[in-house]
Amino acid sequence: MSDQQPVIKCDSVYKIFGKDAEKMLQNANGKVVAEEFQKAGCVVGVNNASFEVKKGEMLVVMGLSGSGKSTLLRCISRLTDATAGNIYIEGEDLTSMSDKELIGLRRNKMGMVFQSFALLPHKTVLENIAFPLQVKGNSTKDSIQRAKEMVDLVGLTGRENYFPRELSGGQQQRVGIARSLAVEPDIWFLDEPFSALDPLIRKEMQDEFLRLQGVLNKTILFVTHDFDEALRLADRIAIMKDGIIEQLDTPANIVLNPATEYVRKFTEDVPREKVLKIKSVMEPVGDEKDFSDLRVSEDALIETVAEAVLGDPKSVPVLNANDDIVGVVHSSKVIHVLFGENSTLESNA
Amino acid sequence: MNFINYLSERPKLTQFGIVLIVFFILMSMTGLYHDLIVERHLFAKSIVKGEIQSSVGFAESMSMILNWQLPPQLVRIPELTFYHPVINTSATYVLIALLVTAGLLYKSFAESVNKSQWLRVNWFQIISKGFVGIIVGLLFIPTLYNWFFGEVTRSTFWEIPMMLQDFSQYLIFEFWLTPVYDPEIEDYEDYGRVRLFTRAIGATLLFLINLVRELLIGGFETVVSLANVFSDQSGWDWLNENKDKWYSSVPAIPWTVLTAGAFILGYKLQGVGLSILAGFSCIYLAVFGQWEPAMQTLSFVLVAAPVSVLFGVIWGVLAYKSRTVERVITPFLLVAQTFPHFAYLVPIIVFFGIGDHAGAIATIIFATPPMIRLTLLGLKRVSPEVLDAGRMSGCHNYQLMFKVLIPTARRDILIGVNQVIMQCLAMAVIASFIGAMGLGFNLLLALNQLRVGQALELGVCIVLIAVVLDKLSLAWANKQTDYFADLSFVERNKTALLFVAVFFAALLFAWFGNWVFADTAKGINYFYLIPHNKGITTEPFWQAGVDYMVSNWRADIKIFNEWLLVEVLMPMKASYLAMPAIATFVLTMGVGYIIGGIRSAIIVGSFMLFIALTPWWERALITMYMLTFAVIVSVFIGTIVGAICVQNKRATKFILLVCDTFQTFPSFIYLIPVIMLFGVTDTSVLIAVIVYAVIPPTRYTVEGLRNVPESLLDAADMSGTTKLQRMFKIEFPLAFPHIMLGVNQCVVFALFMVIIGAFIGTEDLGQEIMQQLFSGGNIGSGLMLGLCVAFIGLAVDHLIQTWATKRRKLLGID
Ligand SMILES: Nc1ncnc2c1ncn2[C@@H]1O[C@H](COP(=O)(O)OP(=O)(O)OP(=O)(O)O)[C@@H](O)[C@H]1O
Ligand SMILES: [Mg+2]
Repeated sequence: MSDQQPVIKCDSVYKIFGKDAEKMLQNANGKVVAEEFQKAGCVVGVNNASFEVKKGEMLVVMGLSGSGKSTLLRCISRLTDATAGNIYIEGEDLTSMSDKELIGLRRNKMGMVFQSFALLPHKTVLENIAFPLQVKGNSTKDSIQRAKEMVDLVGLTGRENYFPRELSGGQQQRVGIARSLAVEPDIWFLDEPFSALDPLIRKEMQDEFLRLQGVLNKTILFVTHDFDEALRLADRIAIMKDGIIEQLDTPANIVLNPATEYVRKFTEDVPREKVLKIKSVMEPVGDEKDFSDLRVSEDALIETVAEAVLGDPKSVPVLNANDDIVGVVHSSKVIHVLFGENSTLESNA
Repeated sequence: MNFINYLSERPKLTQFGIVLIVFFILMSMTGLYHDLIVERHLFAKSIVKGEIQSSVGFAESMSMILNWQLPPQLVRIPELTFYHPVINTSATYVLIALLVTAGLLYKSFAESVNKSQWLRVNWFQIISKGFVGIIVGLLFIPTLYNWFFGEVTRSTFWEIPMMLQDFSQYLIFEFWLTPVYDPEIEDYEDYGRVRLFTRAIGATLLFLINLVRELLIGGFETVVSLANVFSDQSGWDWLNENKDKWYSSVPAIPWTVLTAGAFILGYKLQGVGLSILAGFSCIYLAVFGQWEPAMQTLSFVLVAAPVSVLFGVIWGVLAYKSRTVERVITPFLLVAQTFPHFAYLVPIIVFFGIGDHAGAIATIIFATPPMIRLTLLGLKRVSPEVLDAGRMSGCHNYQLMFKVLIPTARRDILIGVNQVIMQCLAMAVIASFIGAMGLGFNLLLALNQLRVGQALELGVCIVLIAVVLDKLSLAWANKQTDYFADLSFVERNKTALLFVAVFFAALLFAWFGNWVFADTAKGINYFYLIPHNKGITTEPFWQAGVDYMVSNWRADIKIFNEWLLVEVLMPMKASYLAMPAIATFVLTMGVGYIIGGIRSAIIVGSFMLFIALTPWWERALITMYMLTFAVIVSVFIGTIVGAICVQNKRATKFILLVCDTFQTFPSFIYLIPVIMLFGVTDTSVLIAVIVYAVIPPTRYTVEGLRNVPESLLDAADMSGTTKLQRMFKIEFPLAFPHIMLGVNQCVVFALFMVIIGAFIGTEDLGQEIMQQLFSGGNIGSGLMLGLCVAFIGLAVDHLIQTWATKRRKLLGID
C-alpha cells in the first residue's frame, strides 16, 4: 500500500509571479493564458501541473530556459509557495504545512543539488557536507563522522579541508551532492546539477550519479535542459513549455508519440537508437529456425547492441528477463531505425 | 557649415556651450554690484545698511535686466518665507491656474480617441489635475513671485538653526520630566528623561572604556573613575576610605605582558608574519614612551569599534529584511558620507557632555554608516541559490541569517570592519576635541606647540594600531578549525598556556625591574611601564629637518607662495565670490541636465538651493573654491602618478602601500610643516588638502588601468600601436569610469580636509562650524552647516556617479 502511494503528487499546481497573481488566477478560472497575464504584469511560472512520482522513480523535467522547470521544483520543495493547487509529499499536504513541519521535512526527507553548486564559501568541504546535520542539531563529532563517509562516497577523499574556491567545478558539485545526501533524504531534487560543467566532466558526473542512484535508490526529480542527459537518466520525462507540462511519459514514448507539435520539434533530432529498446523493433518468432548464436535482451537500447546485430546476417533472438525467447530482431529493422524515417514506427516499449 | 555639423553631431557639447555662454552673460551682468560682491560680505552689509535693496519689484527688475544689470535678488537668493504662503486670486493668477490645468490635461485630450466621451471617462483625472492647477496657480506661483519680487518681511529659513536649538533645549530640559534625587542639594529635582537616557548611554560607554583601560594601564586613576560610576560619593572619597583594601592598589599589566600577548596572538591567528608585526608594533609604542596614551586610545577603539560593527550589522540586516527600513535609512547613509565630523560634535556635546564617552559616541556615529552600507551590500550579493541551499538544509530563520547569509557576505562585511577600525582611529584626533584621551589628545598638544617630531611619532602610533587591529580582526575571521587532529588538552590549549606562562614570567621580570632600575632612573621601572616622554624619541632629528627647511627654503617658498596667492588663488576666490547666485544655478543645474537629464538638474538644484537659502552662501562659495582648486590639482597629480606607477609591478605595489599608509595617517600632521613653511594662508590649507586628496585618484587610476582586460591590450599590440597610443586610445578611455569614481572619492576627501583646514584659518563653512564648536554650540547651526557641506559633496557625488554609471553601461563594463 505504501508502495502504491506516490511519493510526490501534484494536483493542478500554479505558480504566477506578480502582484495580483492570486486574484487574476481566480478570475481566470483555471484557464491561464500566459500572454494575457503578461500584459497585466504577471509572469506565469508553472501552469496547471498535475503528476505523480512513485517511490524510487526518477522523473526528469525538461524544457528550454525560462520554461518554469526551476519554479516547479521550488514549488515542490516549497522554496516558493505555489499560487494555487495542492502538493502532497508521501500523502501529506505540503501547502498546508507549518514552518516547523516544513523544516522537519527538509531536515529529514529532502535534499537538493543546485546548478551553481551553492556551497558556503567560508566552510571547508567537510563543513559544507556536515552543515545540514549541524543545522539539525547533531553533535559536531557525529556530523563530521558522517560527512567523512559522504566524502568517501563521492570520491573526494583527501580534500576534506579544501575550501570550495580551491576545487574544480566537478569537485564542487560532488560536494553539493554529498551535502544533499548527508541527511539520507528520501526525495532528491537536482536542478540542472551538471549544466555548469564541461561535457567530459558532465559525462563522468552522470556515470557517478547513476552509480549512486544504483546504490541509494531515491525518489528523484531531476531538472535539465539537455535531452541526452534526460535520456540517459530518466525513467520518465516531463517536457515543459511556458509553465505547462506538454507531455509526461517514458523517453521512448516521448520520441515516438509526441503529444504536441512542440514536443515533436523538440525530439526531432534525437537519435532514436538512444531511446528505443530492442523490444520495440522485435518481431514475433516465426517459423524460421536458423537463428544466430547471438542473444540480446529485450530491454537493451538499440544503440548498445546495433553493431552486433548488424554484423550478423541471421535473425537474432530476443530474451526477456527470464531468459525466454520472446521474439527475433532482423538487421533490416535495425537499419531502418538507424537511417530510416521515423514516422512509421510504432512503439510498444 | 562644417562647424554647425560638428556641433549637431555632439548635442551634449552644444548644450554645454550654451550653458557656459549663459553663465558668462550672467556673470557680466553684475554691473553696479561688481565691486561689492567681490568682497562678498560687503554686498550683504550694503543690504543691511540699506544702501541697496535686498529685492526689487517685478517691473523694476525687468528694467534692470534690460539695462544689463541683474536685480539684487538674483545675485543673492532671498530667504524663503516658508510659513507665510501667499494666496492670490487676482485675475492673472486665476488665468495661470487655468493655463496650468489645461497644460496638464492637453496630452490626455489630444491622445483620446473619442473626444465627446473624454470628459465623462476622465472626470477623476480632470478634477485632480484641476486641483494641482489651482495649487500651483493660486498658491505656488504667487508665493514664488512674492519670494523673488516682493518685500522680504521675515527670514524664516535663517531661523531654522534657532528653532532646532530651542527644540533640543526643550527636549533636554523640559520634555517629559521626572524627579530625580540630587545628593548635592539633598532634594528632588526635575530632570528630562531624554537627558537621563543620554547620560545612561554615556555612563555605560564610559564604564566600558574604563574597564578596558583599567585592564591595560590600570592603576590609581582608573579605579577612581570606575568608582565614580558605582557610588554616589565622589570617587576620591571612596578611594580614601578604602585605601588599605587590596583592590585600591591593583597594579596595571606591565607592557611586556601585552607585547608578548601580541606576539602570541598574531602567531596563533595567522603565523609568524602577523606575530612580528603585532609584537614589534607594541614594542614601538612602549619604547617611544607612548604606551599610556596608546592604551587609552586602544581602550577607546576596543569599545567603539565593536559597537559600531554591531550596530552596522544589525541595521544592515534590518534593512535587508525590510524595504521600509532600507528606504528610511538610505538618505541618512548618503548624507553621512559627506557630513563633516565637526558638525556631529556640537549636538553630541549638548546631549552627552564632554569626555571619552562623547568621543566614543562621535566615533560610533561616524563609523557605523559605512558598516551598514557594506553589510547591506554584502547580504544583497549573496546568490539566491546559496539562500535556497540554506533553506533546503533545514535552517530556520535565525540559522539562515547567522550561519548562511552573514558568513557568505563576509567579504563585504569584513571590508566594513576594516573601514570601522580605520574610521575609529581617524576619529581619534577629532574625538579629543570633545574630551577623548589618548594619542589624539597628545597629537593635538604637539600640534599646538608645533612639535613636528613628536606629532610624527604619535601619527605612526595611530597607524600601527590601525594596521595591527585590522590584520588581527581579519585573521580571526578567517581562522579555520581542524577536525582531524586528536589533540590532548595541553596541545589544544597550548597558546593559552603559553600566554599564562609568559604572563607570570613578565610579572616576575617587572618585579625584578624594581631592583635593576632602583638607583639608575629615579624609581622608574622600565620593565613595567615606560612613562610618557621617558622613551627614546626621534624628535630632534625631525626638528632639525624642519628647521633646515625653514631656514634654507623659506625665502624661495615665500616668493612662490606670494605668486600663487596673488596670481592664482585670490583671483580665483574673487571670481567665485563674484558669481551671482543665479549664474551658479545655471552652471550647476545645466551640467546636471547634460549629465543626467531633468532629474539630475533638479537634484543638484535642490542641494544648491538649500545652501543658497542659509546665511552661509558666501562661505559655501569659498569652500567650493578651495574644493575646486584642490580637486583639480589632486586629480592631475594623482592620475599622472598612477599612470606612471602602473607601468611597473613593483612600483604599483609600492604606490598602493603608500596610499594605504597615508590614508590612515592622521591628516592633522601634514598641517605642521606646511604651516611653518607657508604661514597661515590658503596655500597651507590647500597643500594639506591636496596631500590627502591625491590618494583616491592615484589609487583608482592604478586599479582602473590594471583592470583593463588583457585581451584588449593584446589586440592593440597586434594592431601595432605604440605604447603611448595604446595608453591614450585604449587604456585611459576604458579605465576612465573607474578613474572618475576616484575623482568622486577625491572630492569627498578634499571636502573633509578643507573643513579641517579651519584650524589653520579659513573663512569657509569649516570655520563657521569650528566657531560653533568652540563657542558652546548651537545645535541648529551646527547641523545646518554640516548639511551645507554634505550637500556640496552629494551634488558632486550625484553627478559623477550618474555619469560613471551611464558610461560604464555604454562601454559594457560592470
Ligand atoms: N522570483 C521571480 N519573480 C518573477 N518572475 C520569476 C521569478 N522566478 C522566476 N521567474 C520567471 O518564471 C519563469 C520560469 O523561470 P524558471 O527559473 O523556472 O525557468 P527555468 O526553466 O528553470 O529556466 P533555466 O533553464 O534558465 O533555469 C521565467 O520567465 C522567469 O522569468
Ligand atoms: Mg532553472
